[in-house]
Amino acid sequence: MLKILKYSFYDLMRSRWSYVYFAFYLLLGVVLLFLNNDLSKAVITLMNVIIVLVPLIGTIFGVMYYYSSKEFTELLLAQPLKRSSIFLGQYLGVAISLSMSLILGLGIPFIFYGLFMSNAIWDFSLLLITGVFLTLIFTALAFNIAISNENRIKGFGYAILMWLFLAVIYDGLFLMSLLFFEDYPLDKLSLFGTMLNPIDLSRTLILLKLDISALLGYTGAVFKQFFGTNFGLIVSFAALTLWIVLPVLRIVYKSKRKDF
Amino acid sequence: MSIPSAWSNTITVCASCPIKTIQEAIQQASEGDTILVKKGIYKEANLKIDKSITLIGEGLPTIDGEAKGEIITIEADNVTLDGFKIINVGVSYTTDYAAVRIVNSKGFIIQNLELEKLFFGIYLQKSNNGKVLNNKVKGEAVTEFTSGNAIHLWYCKNVEVRGNDVRKVRDGIYLEFSDNITITDNFSVNNVRYGLHFMFSNNNTVNNNVFETNGAGIALMFSKFMEVKNNVIKKNWGSAAYGLLLKEVNDANLKNNIFIENTVGITVEGSNRLVYSNNDFTSNGYAIRVKGACYENHIVDNNFLYNSFDISYNGRINDNKFNNNFWSNYTGYDLDKDGIGDVPYRPVKLFSYIVNRTPETIILLRSLFIDLIDFSEKVSPVFTPDDLMDDNPRMKRIEHDRN
Amino acid sequence: MIEIKDLHKKFGKNEVLSGLDLKIGEGGIFAVLGPNGSGKTTLIKCLLGMVIPNKGTISVLGENVKSGSNYRHKIDYLPQIANFPSNLKVKELITMIKDLRGKTIKDQELISLFKLEPFLDKKLGQLSGGTKQKVNLVLTFMFDSPLVILDEPTSGLDPISLLRLKKLIQAEKAKGKTILVTSHIMSFVEEISDEIVFLLEGKIYFKGSISELKDKTKQPDFEHAIASILTDNHA
Repeated sequence: MLKILKYSFYDLMRSRWSYVYFAFYLLLGVVLLFLNNDLSKAVITLMNVIIVLVPLIGTIFGVMYYYSSKEFTELLLAQPLKRSSIFLGQYLGVAISLSMSLILGLGIPFIFYGLFMSNAIWDFSLLLITGVFLTLIFTALAFNIAISNENRIKGFGYAILMWLFLAVIYDGLFLMSLLFFEDYPLDKLSLFGTMLNPIDLSRTLILLKLDISALLGYTGAVFKQFFGTNFGLIVSFAALTLWIVLPVLRIVYKSKRKDF
Repeated sequence: MSIPSAWSNTITVCASCPIKTIQEAIQQASEGDTILVKKGIYKEANLKIDKSITLIGEGLPTIDGEAKGEIITIEADNVTLDGFKIINVGVSYTTDYAAVRIVNSKGFIIQNLELEKLFFGIYLQKSNNGKVLNNKVKGEAVTEFTSGNAIHLWYCKNVEVRGNDVRKVRDGIYLEFSDNITITDNFSVNNVRYGLHFMFSNNNTVNNNVFETNGAGIALMFSKFMEVKNNVIKKNWGSAAYGLLLKEVNDANLKNNIFIENTVGITVEGSNRLVYSNNDFTSNGYAIRVKGACYENHIVDNNFLYNSFDISYNGRINDNKFNNNFWSNYTGYDLDKDGIGDVPYRPVKLFSYIVNRTPETIILLRSLFIDLIDFSEKVSPVFTPDDLMDDNPRMKRIEHDRN
Repeated sequence: MIEIKDLHKKFGKNEVLSGLDLKIGEGGIFAVLGPNGSGKTTLIKCLLGMVIPNKGTISVLGENVKSGSNYRHKIDYLPQIANFPSNLKVKELITMIKDLRGKTIKDQELISLFKLEPFLDKKLGQLSGGTKQKVNLVLTFMFDSPLVILDEPTSGLDPISLLRLKKLIQAEKAKGKTILVTSHIMSFVEEISDEIVFLLEGKIYFKGSISELKDKTKQPDFEHAIASILTDNHA
């Protein structure tokens, strides 16, 4: 698996998309910091970018890579290699190279700006960690979609739809159901609803840092426990990890049963 | 000031002295005398001071009330109490026992006391023209029903409360029917109810105090002509927590205060003609929450930095002026480079209405969907007051002059 | 060498292999023939474990295909359409496959046989179809495995390279290897193969030498023999 990972990674590191992605983040970081001159605000803007764009890029990139490396995959399949190592290797290759672009692209301008001297470093690290989680999750989801759809157009369509659903539509439905059931105690429901969407989960993690003052204004006991202690942080990270593990397991499962 | 006259005597109290108790010293003292109490522990309670004397502790002697009720009661003018550690006040549900109570007196100075294991700390009752300086009050309050206030003023006038450190009591400083009180340089932290509490008190000044992690920072209720300046109010967290509560307060001036990381920076209700200027609202859940019936207020030259919500409103009616503030959430531009954004800023988000209605929806804060509905509301206001905006939002954070 | 029993494979509703039985012994060149859609590629992919059968067992060199991927160390496979990662250089691809499968020194010999030296530093995306096929051939033959599977090995090759390929195949056969070939070029099949395996509608229609096929169909030459099978079964 490590060998496949290595080659996929090299392959991607050489493709121009990785540079585009890297350059995009670099530019974003530079613009936010040096035009704004306000680290805290930059971190908040970045949060918005990260929870929307990172999943989108992970999704598109994952689907694209899967389809474009199909022949290469077939070449590998005829070699004495385990199927799971081929797909996991490719998956990790994409996810790691995307994560690297993210970390370096944003990290470099922030370091130059003097991040290490600032107390925004924790917020910023949390942002990057969340970004990496989202990359891992959405690349895995994208691989799942691609592996289940031979037709590229369909695959792309479903992938974009999935992103749109998790990034926007889900929250709309979520909000409507909260308003609809407002006469009932909702704190468990709302936390549960958050766990079901990795974008919401990551958002919650960031809220724990940026908006804790507002979140502590609510009376529900579960809310209080979740936001007032480390419980929320631990549960969110556990759920995010689960969000990586489950799609990856499905990649392994599907790849073992797929014809090429 | 009670300067001892040429005829005054000094009576010394210590374990090996002829006079061994403070009680005895007070009995022997005559007007204008000084009682010097040496270091040691004095188990005495219900000490009544009914003449103008000065009590000075040397090396912080301890007066242990052994929970027998009140410890010192002052019922004479021009009494000075300086440098004692007073512990174990009796707790009662019917009588407000205090470590030091001053009744119907003038010209008192209460300073450098350390109060512990108390019910009420320093209780001023119908007393005027005195000072409460540099005392340390450390309670062990858990709920507001079984605890008292550190510094309590009831029907008092012209009192200076300065440099006190009050912790873990019910209200750090409490004023009821008290006017012309100056509250400066105090440090009020971890109190279960309010850091500072005003009821029906007018013409008071609150300057340079720090309020931290109290149930709520300052509560101003049913009062007018107040001045609140240069205070730091931070980390008041919880479902009923706020940095500053303004309820039925008129003609107050709030200037140069810093509100950091409070669930709500300011909650305001039924308050008119207030001026909020040069304040910093940083990382609060809500910077200002307007609950209704607030008219002719001016919110100018403040910094609103990274608050989850800048302003929250209940109704659609607005009679308050927002002008020349800096809003970190402002996304406009300044083409004519005059430092003022070219498009107005609307500080009230639609989402704050939704959260008011269904609090659990807070979990959706900062989601793309919420941003979208907030944006559409911004473009064409339906639920939020359409005239509520800052016409001249600043492009740069204001550097306040804080001296 | 290869033993296939009762092999079934469906793609959706389309049954491609329906109860195929096949035994191939050691040594010799076997041509797998059949009309389009008869299941040639599916059969080969089943052997390689790329397609998973619905039913039936396959064993290669005594090892069940299902039991793991290690048996593929004994197979050299030339895929039909060689589309390699276009960012890689030829040299890197060869190194990579060597890295994945194990060490060999035969690659140098094969590179010079197909005159690939000038292309070693080129990216695969820049190569012509024929050159890619040569690279494909190098990758296939550089490991000395007892079983060689060639899916349309002649596609895109110029006449000289074709000659070299034929020689190469014969040489491999001489080493006692079993070679499975599919091709649409009948003359090529006739020239090199020892035995024909003819697939029709998901089953083995015929297995035997070319002369046996001619006898069976009563046709004077190979091409007509094949044509007659198809017309007999479709008319």
